[in-house]
Formats: sequence, C-alpha cells, structure tokens
Amino acid sequence: MILPFLIIIPLLAAFLITLISGEKDNWAIVLSVLAEMSLLTLALFSFFTTGYDTFVYEMSGWKIPLTICLVQDALSGFMLVIVNLIALTSLMFSISYIRQYSSPWKYYALFMLLITGMNGVIATGDIFNLFVFMEIALFAAYALVAFGAKAEEYEAAFKYAVMGSISSTLILLGIGILYASTSTLTMAHIAAELQTKDPQVTYWVAAVFLVGFGLKSAVMPFHAWLPDAHSSAPAPISSMLSGVLIKALGIYAIIRIFFNIFGAPPVFLMIFMVLGSISIIVASYLALGQWDLKRLLAYSSISQIGFILLGLGIGTKLAILGAVFHILNHAIFKSLLFYNAGSVEMALGTRDLRKMGNLRGALPVTTSTSMIASLSVAGLPPFNGFFSKLIIIIAAVQSQHIIYAIIAVIGSLLTLAYFMKVQRYGFHGETVINEIKKPVSLGMKSAMIILAVLCVVVSILIIPGIREITLDPVVSVIISKTGYIQAVIGR
Amino acid sequence: MKQTEGMTLIVKTVTRISVWLILLYGIYIILHGHLSPGGGFAGGVIIALAFLNVMLAYGRNFIKRWVNIGFLHDLESSSAALFLAVGILGMAIGGGFLANFISHGKLFNLLSAGTIPVLNIIISVKVSMGLFVVVWTLSVFHLDKGGKEE
Repeated sequence: MILPFLIIIPLLAAFLITLISGEKDNWAIVLSVLAEMSLLTLALFSFFTTGYDTFVYEMSGWKIPLTICLVQDALSGFMLVIVNLIALTSLMFSISYIRQYSSPWKYYALFMLLITGMNGVIATGDIFNLFVFMEIALFAAYALVAFGAKAEEYEAAFKYAVMGSISSTLILLGIGILYASTSTLTMAHIAAELQTKDPQVTYWVAAVFLVGFGLKSAVMPFHAWLPDAHSSAPAPISSMLSGVLIKALGIYAIIRIFFNIFGAPPVFLMIFMVLGSISIIVASYLALGQWDLKRLLAYSSISQIGFILLGLGIGTKLAILGAVFHILNHAIFKSLLFYNAGSVEMALGTRDLRKMGNLRGALPVTTSTSMIASLSVAGLPPFNGFFSKLIIIIAAVQSQHIIYAIIAVIGSLLTLAYFMKVQRYGFHGETVINEIKKPVSLGMKSAMIILAVLCVVVSILIIPGIREITLDPVVSVIISKTGYIQAVIGR
Repeated sequence: MKQTEGMTLIVKTVTRISVWLILLYGIYIILHGHLSPGGGFAGGVIIALAFLNVMLAYGRNFIKRWVNIGFLHDLESSSAALFLAVGILGMAIGGGFLANFISHGKLFNLLSAGTIPVLNIIISVKVSMGLFVVVWTLSVFHLDKGGKEE
C-alpha cells in the first residue's frame, strides 16, 4: 500500500506548488521539502520491510494482467531510497542556490515532477507505464536543464531533448514489438510469454532497448548529450541528473528488462562488458583534458556508469553486488562533487579550474568535502568507492576476465589522476583566494556535509551482517532468472 | 474600415459563429467519452482549438483583455489535483487507486460508468487549458539573437 503514495505525493506537491505560490518561493520550499521528507521515510520503510519478499499493488481494483501494477521488491526499494535521499539533499542545496534565478517556485514544481517520473519508473511493473513515467521525468529534466535561461543552456536542453526523443522512439518501438508478440504489457507476463517464443524476438527487441536505454544511461557510444546537459544545468539539477536520473531511467531499466524480463542473454552481457570498458577508458581520457569543472564531472559520470555496466556484464553474484553497491556510491559522491562545483560557481562566479586557486580559507566546508568526494570516486580506502570498485575487479579476476580487470584498474588510476587535477588546480592551487562574491549558505553546507559523512558511513554496507539485510536481497532479485515472474504472477 | 488587429472582418464574423459550434462539439466528445470514441483528451484538444481560433482571428491583445491567463493556469493545476483527489477517494472507498467507487448505472446511458465521466471532464479541463496556455506562451515568447525575454 506504500507504493502508490511514492507517485501521488510528489505529483500532488507539484500541482499544489503551482496553485499556491505567488512571487515568493516560501510555500514552494515548505511543500517540496515536506513531500520529499515523507517520500524518503516511505522509501526507507519500504526497503527495510521488503527483504526478500515482493509486493504487488494492483491499480483501480482490477487484477493483472488487466490493470497496471506496481511492484515492490528489494531492487525497487533500493533505487527508491537512493533517488529520494539524493533528492532531499538536492532540495536543501537548492533553497538559496535557486534564488539567483527568476521565479524560483517554478523550479520546485518541475523538481517534484522529476521525482514523480523517477519514482514511477522504479515502482511500476508495467512496461508502457515505465515509458510514460520516463517521459514525465525527461520533460521535467529538459525544462530544468534550461532553467538558467541562457543561450548555452537552451542549446544543451535542446540537444538533450533531441537525443532523448530518439531514444524514447526506439524504446516505444521495442515496446510495440513486445506487445505485438506477447499480447501483454505487464512485465512479468511478458517475461513468461517470451520463454515460449522464438528467441529471435528477444534479440531484436533487446537490441532496440540496448540503444534506447543506452542513450538514457549515456554509455560510451551514446554519450554525446550528457556533458552538455549535465554541465549547463543548475548545480542541484546536475547532481540529480548525474547522480540518479541516468541510473533510474538507464541502469535500473536495463537491469529490469535485460535481467528480469529477458533472463540475461549471454551475448548481451558480453556487449555490456565491452561497452562498459570502452566507457571507463575513453571517458576517463576525455575527463583528463577538461578545464571546466562541471564538464569534467560529467565525463567522470560516463566512466563510472561504465564500471556499473561492467559489473552487470560480468554477471556473477559478486560482480552484481559490486555494480549495485557502485550505483549507491556513485549517486552519493557524484552528487556531492556537483554541489561542490555549484558552491564554487556561486562563490567565485567561475567553473574554470585555472581561475580557481587555494580555497581552503574562503570555502572550508566545500574544500574539505570535495577532498572526501574525490578520494571516494578515485577509489581510495576507507571511502565507499574503494569497496565497490574492488569487488568489481575481484569478480572480474575470479571469472577469468583478466583483461577487463586490468581495464577497470587503469580506469580507476585515471580517475585518481583527474581528481588529483581537480584538487591541485581547483581547491589547493597557488593563488590564495579570500574574496568571495556570495557566501555559501547553511543549507548548502549541510547538504554537502550529509553526503560527505555518507561517503564514509556507506562503506559499512559491505560488512557481512549488514550486507545480508541490505545489498544481498537486491542482488538476489537481479540474479534470479525466473524469480521476478514467479513473485508477480504466482502469488 | 481601419484594420486594428487580428484578421479580416470575414474571418472574425465566421469565427464568431463557428467557435460556439466547435465548443459544443468538444463538450459532446467529452460527455460521451465513456460511450463512444473520444473522451477527455480529444474533447479537451477541441476546446483548446476553439480558444485558439478566437486568438488567431482577433489577435493576442483581445484574449489578453478578456481572459485572465493566470486563472487558466490555476484551473489547469487544480484539475490535476482534482484528478488525484478522485484517485485517492477510490483508494479510500473502493480498494485501489482510481477504483470506480460510484454506481455504474445502466449501460449506454449518458449518466453511467461511475467515475469515468467525472475523470473525463477533469482531464478535458487540464488538456484544454494546458494546450491553450502552451500556445499562448509560445506566441508571447520572443527571443531574438542576443536579445532578452520580452
């Protein structure tokens, strides 16, 4: 009974915000923070009460396959917690950051629609409904990328809209083919039907979905829109896009469709590994050459998505554990890094690493949290990024994929190199900067501190006793080939 | 006769007559949504077209004088909130989000099918106001090269 509220609350908040806000954004802030806090509470509650169970909610009192259903298992609970956790910190960061733009209340309405879309994609058990919620999230994202209303932001948003529409068209085509061959849109029924059909159908549809969802998750050959869109958006939105949107719409959908519906065909796992390792290496090299801090972070997102995809592609239990853990870790440290970039941009008015300098005196919280985030993303112990990357590399070695393990190690070293560059030029440079244009507010500081603490604390998820109740159920949902079908249909 | 704004007298006169027919057709499509093809979305689009017809024939300033765009915005947002309210009522009374909790009535009667006509009307308000405001915003928005928002 929790699941529909995860969609109703943000949707209602979005429309109430447009109704009651005047010129000021006070009510919009109160409403959206309240909504987001209740969403996080519900998500945490649903994740910790689900365990290995699966709950299905049937809309409008009909029974599946006649109705749209919402499915709550460990994987969706896990993703819901990530989305709403990052969204809450993003809202805290937004409060004073967004006031530099005109009519800030519109931002909160769009933000709530973004949350609606992502929660919907994660919660739904119906493949066409997944498409609809994906479009809701994307349209909110296009508008939010252009929120600064400058020429380059419109350009980035337009590019994003074109690429997003191409990928959505491909996904719709795939859904159409699936519906034509299985006569149902409920994902569990599609999975059951496909087992009796010609495997050719699966391969064709999977290829279309691979390109469609590959564009959404910005894996290497499909990445062209991401550096523009993620670096032009306002900082809290960059963190939402890089931290959770590409995972909710891209990676989560890939996991649900390729692992739960198609039963993880080996040829596609191979493609995941190849695409993942291309992303890791090429995006790291591209990131090394960037001087724009947010652009560098955007390229870094592509390379970290590569790690997740590599872990999924290896496909052993350990590798998927690493990938799932890296989804959480990447959401935390990449959001933190974008908050750092946002507060530097607000305080100094620049994103160019060459124009920054020694910020230790002027922005102490930003500087220290950026150090923690950089060490996490580069994979240094005891921060969370170390453990997830280590697990992926160990899993690659264990399953005889030595070359992929070496690629992952090289990618990790390159990550360390470009974050060294960020620290060396951006935060611990030679010119000492004491003058700042705008102070970093309390909300922004607390958002950064919360995520910096999480960078360390989340590492404990790897301790066996805690892992068994948090990450292991998620892995079991992904790895079990028929578990999803039985959990939804055979209740 | 002095041409002030909008199109010619012929277009204006024809619009004055045809706009009511278009509105009536839209309302027919909405109210018969549960009986025949069409429904809230299609009818809403037709109603928005009636408004757009007036806007094209009489010009932007005419609409600005007679219609409060802010009110249309509020109408649109509140219809979405109302839709959710009906959904939640279904949850409270009938066992699921958007469950049909009113008596279904006799098949093919105008007043039948429980909450579906109600939802059709709500959707039509949302769609017609939304579509009209979108086109209105596009017509107001000017961004020249290197220029600023009007």
